[in-house]
Amino acid sequence: MKYEVELKHIEKSFNGFKAANDASFGVAKGELAGLLGPSGSGKTTLLRMLAGLEKPDKGDILIAGRRVNDLPARERGIGFVFQNYALFRHMTVRDNIAFGLRVQKEDSHKIKVRTDELLELTGLSQVAKRYPLQLSGGQRQRVAFARALAPSPSLLLLDEPFAAIDAKVRKELRSWLREAIHNLGITSLFVTHDQDEAVEVADKIIIVNNGRIEQAGSPLEIYQAPQTPFVADFIGESVKVEDYTQFKGFTAEEKGGSHQGIIRPEFIELAKDEKEISLPLGAERGTVKATYFRGSSVAVDIEVRGQILRAHRSLEKAPLQAGDKALAFIHRIYSLEAGRTRIIENRAKQKESVVI
Amino acid sequence: MEAVTKLAKPVAGSQSRFLKTETIVKWSLILTGAAFLVVMMILPLILIGVEALGKGWNAYLAALNEPFARKALWLTAEATVLSVVSNTIFGLAAAWLLTKFDFRGKTLLGSIIDLPFAVSPVVAGLFFIMLFGRLSPFYDTLQAYHIAVVFAVPGIVLATIFVTLPFIARSIIPVMEGQGRDEEEAAALMGASGWRIFWQITLPNIKWGLMYGIILCTARAMGEFGAVSVVSGHIRGKTNTLPLHIEILYNEYNFTAAFAVSSILVGLAVLVLILRNFVEWRMERKDDHEV
Amino acid sequence: MGRTGQVIPGGHLTMGIVFFYLSLLVLLPLSAFVLYASDMSGQDFIRQVTDYRMVHGYLLSFGCALAAAIINAVFGLLLAWVLVRYDFPGKRLMDGLIDLPFALPTAVAGIALTTLYVETGWLGRFFYQLGIPTAFSAVGITIALVFVGIPFVARSVQPVLKDLDGSLEEAAALLGAGKFLTFRKVILPELITPLVSGFALAFSRGIGEYGSVVFIAGNVPFETEIAPLLIMTKLEQFDYQAAAAVAIVMLAMSLLVLLVLNGYQRYRLQRQGA
Repeated sequence: MKYEVELKHIEKSFNGFKAANDASFGVAKGELAGLLGPSGSGKTTLLRMLAGLEKPDKGDILIAGRRVNDLPARERGIGFVFQNYALFRHMTVRDNIAFGLRVQKEDSHKIKVRTDELLELTGLSQVAKRYPLQLSGGQRQRVAFARALAPSPSLLLLDEPFAAIDAKVRKELRSWLREAIHNLGITSLFVTHDQDEAVEVADKIIIVNNGRIEQAGSPLEIYQAPQTPFVADFIGESVKVEDYTQFKGFTAEEKGGSHQGIIRPEFIELAKDEKEISLPLGAERGTVKATYFRGSSVAVDIEVRGQILRAHRSLEKAPLQAGDKALAFIHRIYSLEAGRTRIIENRAKQKESVVI
Repeated sequence: MEAVTKLAKPVAGSQSRFLKTETIVKWSLILTGAAFLVVMMILPLILIGVEALGKGWNAYLAALNEPFARKALWLTAEATVLSVVSNTIFGLAAAWLLTKFDFRGKTLLGSIIDLPFAVSPVVAGLFFIMLFGRLSPFYDTLQAYHIAVVFAVPGIVLATIFVTLPFIARSIIPVMEGQGRDEEEAAALMGASGWRIFWQITLPNIKWGLMYGIILCTARAMGEFGAVSVVSGHIRGKTNTLPLHIEILYNEYNFTAAFAVSSILVGLAVLVLILRNFVEWRMERKDDHEV
Repeated sequence: MGRTGQVIPGGHLTMGIVFFYLSLLVLLPLSAFVLYASDMSGQDFIRQVTDYRMVHGYLLSFGCALAAAIINAVFGLLLAWVLVRYDFPGKRLMDGLIDLPFALPTAVAGIALTTLYVETGWLGRFFYQLGIPTAFSAVGITIALVFVGIPFVARSVQPVLKDLDGSLEEAAALLGAGKFLTFRKVILPELITPLVSGFALAFSRGIGEYGSVVFIAGNVPFETEIAPLLIMTKLEQFDYQAAAAVAIVMLAMSLLVLLVLNGYQRYRLQRQGA
């Protein structure tokens, strides 16, 4: 595959702390990719190396096929939106946006046209004469976005672009930003620690942990086929079980070794009694420990063979309460063996299908 | 990302490779700054040492041992101690009042505290002349009771207190402001008395800020010249502080003695700088712990 | 005290201490002065303050303080920059030395600077060869005021520069700005406020400074007689009216500097809408 931006075997440490460990990934032209990982995983460092704000210890950074390791930040032609926006507070919104163009000594008419265009795009025309401190968080983010786009960069990088915005505005901004980036067709890479955000905004998700790239792929791939234990655990609302062979329908395929597994809430079918369940034979009996109202559904913690599992239950079904006995059918488990993840389906389902 | 940004911060902030001005620019700036400090600060210090010892150790020691010099040293010490003690009490009270309570006229009170900073020391001295001198409405009363303020020790002490008044208050107020009121309020709700709250909760929190203020106040008090000069009347052996004594020696062309006496003050100034740096380091370390 | 539900004790006690102390030590002396000054007839005041020797005195103080504050703005910024941005041997010493003028008694600084800059002095001899009389001249007064004022600017700028958000410069660099441009357009505007306030403090201190200046000035009437010295001289002649008149002018100048500074800061804040 031909990538517009590519990192190859990047290594970087700060005082012995490995922020990037043989990290390689690429983003295709026009793609909107998200670097997702927990705090301290090294994702911001990767972004900063791409921008030229940090120098990798080892490895190559390629932009449009050209190695840019030794190109200073200001010559890379990258648009960058900082987490705190880094707006120039003594300049008006208009001057902030025009800064990059002025630096390049564009003629003033061109600058005005381009700035107006971006003010229009970001819906900031009304506040063009204001100063950053007079704007709301969402407006500031859009100024930062417009400023980064003004010099028409070939690549846009965004560091936790929604971190400093309150929850309600964040939702709107996410879809706005996604749309704006797709309309412009600019290759973009953003950093986030919020998987909902990554899944909702990105075309491609790159999962980072301890300076390593764990997996890269579409949100669906990441969700359905986690390749490493970390990804399986990190994505979704997962519960880790020490030995999955204790559950009905799951037997060990190899003798010995670990039988650790991950069970997601959506893998479990909950039932109040046997009538309610599709495959009663393979179901485990358990006790409801707690329920949490989630608005659109109820999260249920159920104890099965001494292990608390998390499942979801529709509000349309008979409500379960703490102390109730219930049935839980586990459809599948992600087994975590030797650093790989494998999906194991419940055998009861296979038998059933054979019978039918 | 906390861990990484924390590690990356110093790189980005202070010496980020890609933004670092070229070595030539860097070193020419450093050398210009260093040259400035050598000419303005170091040369005068060296000169004081050279001049003080210009006629040998015996002349140096003799200048320090002279009775007028010793008297002046005592008077300076007296004025300094009195200023520091009274301004500490005031500074603590003012900081407590300004940071723990809301009331009208707070800003005005703050400006009055700062007033001594804005007034030339000579003008400050003039204020006290007007208050206690021949033109004062109290002059006759003071005379009747044989109380001499101006051209006497009390005037010197008052002028020194005035000039150094804001230092301690201004050093503690920001620290106390940063601490907020929560801890004191919690203690008060648990029934602690005012003194107990102050000694056990507030004071431990502000001790380095207080030290800082005391050091600044000491430095200024022992060196005060303008204000003291106006109110002292320059009576040798009676109303001469060390700086005034230096002036007299210098004007009598007794340079060796003038610089010898100065060298005591230089020693104290250097001590002040070292202590100040130490306290500042402690305060920063405390901030780091809190982060 | 104003706030309802105030639980912290000590309000009345501290209020009492603070009012008593400030009244006795600040307000009373100040009012004694104001009382005396307001007794002066308008005519007398005008006659005093327009006296040529007086006018020369304040113009000299004002001019030298202004020149010194400008020099300090430049070197103070440079020193703050060097101390915040670079690592080099002797940095701690440099940092500590900047405060020497706060710690060193002014009279000591005064005699040391004078001895350095007289015609036969270590530095004076070079200046005199160039035809610049450093001692007993406006140049000497300015040098002394530079000494006194340098910490004000350096210490105002330093913390702001230290806390300056590094991403601002990175943002400028990513937008293609070079180092000098970034300094001029991005960093310097952030430093204007502390620079102005450091300048104003140094300037205001310079107008009133006495100890470090009086020796190097030489105190020749109509030539190097600075305003604070005029007060001294008039007091020695028991000419209280003249001394008070000079003091009023000096207070007015200090007040003006502080007002302008305050107004400027308010304007900046308002414009940028903090």
